[in-house]
Amino acid sequence: MKAFTYQRATSAAQAAQLVARTPNARFIAGGTNLLDLMKLEIETPAALVDVNGLGFDSIEPTTDGGLRVGALVRNTDLAADARVRKDYAVLSRALLAGASTQLRNKATTSGNLLQRTRCPYFYDTAQKCNKRQPGSGCAAIGGYTRHHAVVGASDACIATHPSDMAIAMRLLDAEVETVKADGSMRSIPIADFHRLPGNTPHIETVLEPGELITSVKLPKPLGGVHAYRKVRDRASYAFALVSVATVILPDGSGRVAVGGVAHKPWRVEEAERQMAQGAKAVADRLMAGARTTEDNAFKVALVHRTLAEAMNAAKKG
Amino acid sequence: MNPLSDVKLTRRDLLIAGALSASTAAVPLANAQPAANQSADDTSTTPAPVTTGVTFTVNGKQVSLQLDTRTTLLDALREHLHLTGAKKGCDQGQCGACTVIMDGRRINSCLSLAVMHEGASITTIEGLGTPDKLHPMQAAFIKHDGYQCGYCTPGQICSSVSVLEEIRQGIPSHVTADLNAKPLLSAEEIRERLSGNICRCGAYSNIIDAIADVGGVKA
Repeated sequence: MKAFTYQRATSAAQAAQLVARTPNARFIAGGTNLLDLMKLEIETPAALVDVNGLGFDSIEPTTDGGLRVGALVRNTDLAADARVRKDYAVLSRALLAGASTQLRNKATTSGNLLQRTRCPYFYDTAQKCNKRQPGSGCAAIGGYTRHHAVVGASDACIATHPSDMAIAMRLLDAEVETVKADGSMRSIPIADFHRLPGNTPHIETVLEPGELITSVKLPKPLGGVHAYRKVRDRASYAFALVSVATVILPDGSGRVAVGGVAHKPWRVEEAERQMAQGAKAVADRLMAGARTTEDNAFKVALVHRTLAEAMNAAKKG
Repeated sequence: MNPLSDVKLTRRDLLIAGALSASTAAVPLANAQPAANQSADDTSTTPAPVTTGVTFTVNGKQVSLQLDTRTTLLDALREHLHLTGAKKGCDQGQCGACTVIMDGRRINSCLSLAVMHEGASITTIEGLGTPDKLHPMQAAFIKHDGYQCGYCTPGQICSSVSVLEEIRQGIPSHVTADLNAKPLLSAEEIRERLSGNICRCGAYSNIIDAIADVGGVKA
């Protein structure tokens, strides 16, 4: 690991300023992804600003009937919150499907969103990777691609975003609330928060340098039947091959978001208008334009089948 | 010092010397490849180590340390406080051998910087019980033969103690059927909740028996 300076932040504005003006500085919260990457010198910050002392660790009701989740609420606490379990079950289920308890106890709401979109070639520093070294090429393309993206990918990067939580946040249309180094605040719809790789796969979110997430806002509950179905190579503690988050309302309408298939949580609102035509119509539209390899072509079929199962289960209540 | 030149060194001394040089000097291995994202200029200028003070409580005793900021909580416990119960297995949060209990919650001590735990209260396997007065979970692991080589055992026991506490607190898991009901202590729940602790010897079924025994149920 490269040496770095370490400072405990005293306020959100101070933390944002510190990271904005210090060269190669990063926030650290749970650290479960950042430290892992620092050990491998894939991430080499010169300065860490520890935001753990800033509060942002409560879940409060909003005036429009939703919930405001503090950026530093740990994944365990978000999944276990009684209001989340009752009104946003898809979010609880997604969180509980991810990582191990040890990691969920440490990992934060904001850090989960900011974990790197990654693949084994990103981790292997002997391989070319446009995320690690922009412009160097992508060793995954033409390599072993069982876990890689099939939609929304580019010729520069085919990595997938590994978060389960973010899939549920996308389904729920959460908003990411931030403070910038100049003290201004903004609210970013989760749909716009993560970027597709394009020619700049090393830039994964729309956050500006020093911009700090303070909370994530959940709109008022949708009702309906919530489900998060994660298909993986082992029963626990593994990334999704494919995951499908659904909220299905009594009239048969609903929402679908898919994980394990793209550089960001994958949701196509237009596909949801096909709900009355059944799972095949929805999945066809969701996966339209999929570019697959021999290794990962199964993911398209898996999305179809997992969605069909979720829609059937919702019908039965 | 070349440890190999001194034949009087014990194997343990050698291991300690190796561990210390690994944790403090971060000397690049001769055959290590520089990360592909580093230019030649970057690798030639290694930034100087930075130290920071931190004070936390370990097994009821307050300790203050001045540490290289890179020191993980695991290395602080093992190399600086000589609490070698928590083990370094994968060093990337996958195996669970480094599991300790921090402010009542189990974490991977390998994936946390020691300096991030100012004011925290940490319990390691050494703080759960002693050879004369075993924690009930330690006694149950012995009774049910919940280990073979023992390397993962401190982490398994810290996790197991936490599993019972998490279920008592009503924290749900991936296999909890009804999110709005209190989770039950079952073999299925124990398996899921322990998925972050790997046992290469494969003592899993006996570990489940030990936890169920302490939890007062039959696995």
